[in-house]
Amino acid sequence: MMRSAWLDPVREPTRRLSPQVLAPLAVLLVAFLALNVAIAVLIVSGRLDGHWYDFRDLGNAVQALREWLDDRTADQPGWLSDLLGDHWLSYIVTALIGAIGILSFVGVVLLVLIWVERRLIGRIQVRRGPNRVGPFGLLQPFADAIKLIQKETLIPRGADRFMFYLPPVLVFIPGLLVWAPVPWAPHMSYLDINVGVLYLIAISSLSTLAIFMAGWSSNNHYALLGAMRTVAMMISYEIPLSIALLSVVLFTGSMQLSEIVQWQADHNMWLGVLMPLALFTFFFSSTAELNRTPNDIAEAESEIVAGFHTEYSGMKFGLFYAVELGNAVAVAAFVGTFFLGGWSLFGLEEWVPPYLVFALKIAAGYFVLVWLRGTLPRFRLDQLMMFAWKYLIPISLLQVILVAFERSIFEHWDVPGVIPLALFTIVNAVFAVRIVRFWARFLGYRPERETLLAPTLTRSVGGLQAAQRMRTVR
Amino acid sequence: MAGRLRRSLPQAVVAETDEWVEVAPDAIVDVVRWLHDDPDLDAAQLSNLCATDRYDHFEVVYHLQSLDQNHQIVVKARVGEHERASLPSVYPVYKGALLQEREVYDLMGVRFEGHPDLRRMFLWEGYPGFPLRKDFLQITGHHPGLPHFPFEEAGRQER
Amino acid sequence: MTTASEPYVLNIGPQHPSTHGVFRLRVVMDGERIQDIDMVVGYLHRSMEKLAEERTYTQNIPFTDRTDYLAAMSNNLGYCLAAERLAGIEVPDRASYLRVIFAELQRLASHSMANGTFINDAGAWQTPLMYMFREREKILDLFEMTCGARLTTNYMRIGGVAFDPPAEFFPAVNALIDELPDRIAEYTELLVDNEILLARSRGVGVVSAEDAINGSLVGPVLRASGVPWDLRKAEAYCAYGDFDFEIPVGHVGDCYDRFMVRLEEMRQSVRIIRQALDGLPSGPHKTEIPLALRPAPGEAYARVEGPRGELGFYVVSDGGPAPFRFHIRAPSLINLSLLREMAVGTSLPDAIVTLGSLDIVVGEIDR
Repeated sequence: MMRSAWLDPVREPTRRLSPQVLAPLAVLLVAFLALNVAIAVLIVSGRLDGHWYDFRDLGNAVQALREWLDDRTADQPGWLSDLLGDHWLSYIVTALIGAIGILSFVGVVLLVLIWVERRLIGRIQVRRGPNRVGPFGLLQPFADAIKLIQKETLIPRGADRFMFYLPPVLVFIPGLLVWAPVPWAPHMSYLDINVGVLYLIAISSLSTLAIFMAGWSSNNHYALLGAMRTVAMMISYEIPLSIALLSVVLFTGSMQLSEIVQWQADHNMWLGVLMPLALFTFFFSSTAELNRTPNDIAEAESEIVAGFHTEYSGMKFGLFYAVELGNAVAVAAFVGTFFLGGWSLFGLEEWVPPYLVFALKIAAGYFVLVWLRGTLPRFRLDQLMMFAWKYLIPISLLQVILVAFERSIFEHWDVPGVIPLALFTIVNAVFAVRIVRFWARFLGYRPERETLLAPTLTRSVGGLQAAQRMRTVR
Repeated sequence: MAGRLRRSLPQAVVAETDEWVEVAPDAIVDVVRWLHDDPDLDAAQLSNLCATDRYDHFEVVYHLQSLDQNHQIVVKARVGEHERASLPSVYPVYKGALLQEREVYDLMGVRFEGHPDLRRMFLWEGYPGFPLRKDFLQITGHHPGLPHFPFEEAGRQER
Repeated sequence: MTTASEPYVLNIGPQHPSTHGVFRLRVVMDGERIQDIDMVVGYLHRSMEKLAEERTYTQNIPFTDRTDYLAAMSNNLGYCLAAERLAGIEVPDRASYLRVIFAELQRLASHSMANGTFINDAGAWQTPLMYMFREREKILDLFEMTCGARLTTNYMRIGGVAFDPPAEFFPAVNALIDELPDRIAEYTELLVDNEILLARSRGVGVVSAEDAINGSLVGPVLRASGVPWDLRKAEAYCAYGDFDFEIPVGHVGDCYDRFMVRLEEMRQSVRIIRQALDGLPSGPHKTEIPLALRPAPGEAYARVEGPRGELGFYVVSDGGPAPFRFHIRAPSLINLSLLREMAVGTSLPDAIVTLGSLDIVVGEIDR
């Protein structure tokens, strides 16, 4: 019998490893375990702490490098200090390291995540996903990139050429800049400014401009519609997003990202657990900002083809695509930072490198985004707008008020922090559930009144009279 | 059925068999409306509308059906001249005639007077001739017509 | 301050992800609201009705595959019924049962595709489509096993079917119809009360029963509007009179009802196939007919309940070896009659969902 075995992963024959492969794997496993034991001994004995080679914290290495460089420039001539400041060398070098780190991280992560996303979606959609280029199709993103670079750049005849060239670049800049304040480990942050939250909100709305530029300059109705939708949606969803962050800032008392994470590490409490409504608001608004399902109306391929980047081809399209992915990862990173404890994991960050903990959280967040993309249909523009203005904004405002009260109680109540935090967790969870239900009902949502009617089954045919008869029977 | 139709609308019925009724082309809307409104015949749906080229005339065939009574009524109308073939549109009675009449006009060249949107459908405005007519293309030994497909010659010259 | 907007024309298609082929909609829009909609078809026009006039009755069967390429079996069946009615040919019982089995398998394949693409149009990024394609592939494998082709089957013959299914067909089809109810239950569970799908499809593209009948809508679209009309019951062609099945009828006539009616019809199809397999009579699978069939002058209009509704074939004979006139009543085309009524005043995403729920096949629209 002919079988489409390749369509059904269930039928995929399981491959068994031969002993020739298993033996070296076992040796490697034993060596790995031994290494872990050695590392554990090092950690327990405290011989690793704070040294530049403390692999748990790359920030230490950068710190050590900066101090070493400061030593080198300690006896620099006075005119150089007057011109460039005392620590110019360490500033420049560490900044360069950070920049190169971010660039290479984002680049590598994008290449890997294109593969991850396509494989995951393939798995969700009962197909294989890319598996031809390289082992497990790992080189597929490289092949895609090479193909995209080789392609001819098409510019529509009616397009505004300069404005058409600009957006892929402009959209890439905020895509990289948002990574700057992310704290990867206690001292490991490129730009640990004290207005980190404001910086993020400001930077993330920059891409709206580029997207609108792209839609307008393409001289295409689809692109224009997509751009208009994007602008409308981004502006609307920035408000609940900012309000959700406001609760975070209120409770932790800081706009500095590293401080927010530190607060969560100190109190052993994730803000996402403490205020689930804010987590939901932030996540949902972020999917709207990202144009991802269920809010991908800006590039809804069944309606407006590809939205604002309909006319872009080759690497220009590649840049849009990459930024979209990169922003998804960034959102996962921010959800991790603000709501899931950043690099902290209830003390476990002492044992494993914090940046790995954080990377794990990013991966989890990203997985949820891919999952949503593979599962959900799409809302309509007016439904989304209504959801933002009539639903998310009021309930997140109420949440802010509640959090403000809780914050002042937390500050003035003279008991161990665990008690108020546990109390607030319960209160906030109850509040979230109640307000979500209440506000939906307030807006007229009555699921129990409109029962889902399965089609009526009948054995007799007929026309209008039969239809009316059936209607009256119901 | 034909007898009742003859009683209600005299002059309408031209010919009849067991299977179909041929009616006068001018009376087609009246006949169809009568069939549609009559509670016993109850031709609620226009199931199919097409035309046949009988060389000297067109035969426009209406397959009407009653869903409640579960029967089918075939009404035919004869359209005379090839050059000025036209027939009243049944769109006022059946909205489903919208696309079917356009299709017949496009491929057979029967104009339907009173159709709200009578344009070519599959072919473009200005296409020479109506392809489903028997005299559209000449088939050697069968019937006369155009010696070759329209635009065939022009296409060759462009290349 | 007053702001003014002026309408503009948006061309959806001929190449567009949700027109399901080379189909073009010219939409006059004011912002996101549709003011007027007009369809431009003919990109796939192959003039089949003209071609058929130059070929013998048997030679015309492969053309019918290529009209509705998602339901080739139903097209074959409709045309063969028309030719048989014209020539007065009797069909053996076994052939009738086999025709029912394959037509119902084709309906399953076509409905799974229709539901998958409908949800794809509603924005679920291909996942339901892929799920439904999984089952469709298995059905197409059965077709391939029987007649060597997956899409353009060319399986029905005037007077029967081309081949008896091979011995390995029956265990495979039994396994499939044992599996399908679970799969359909899985779709029901996944999709039927999805809140986003409900928000997108309920109350969208509503057609009342009166309008649906008057506008010549047929098939699942008509049934979704509340009219219990199914030619399998009404005409009981082939052997449909022997089987026990029910017609699903919708309530409102919106896109959601169309989706649900198709889903329920898949269940009923499984029922019919199971009964047909159980009662499959033995005997010849076709009657011999003369190679050059020359029916007496006359005309025949045969129709079957295809996956998209009433699929009619109007064949006129002048006594020659080729049909004098060959007309296909294409449900995909005629179901679009009320598109303007459904779409004007709604927004673009609603119109796309409506179009997806009508389940058009461009090969059949253009022919």
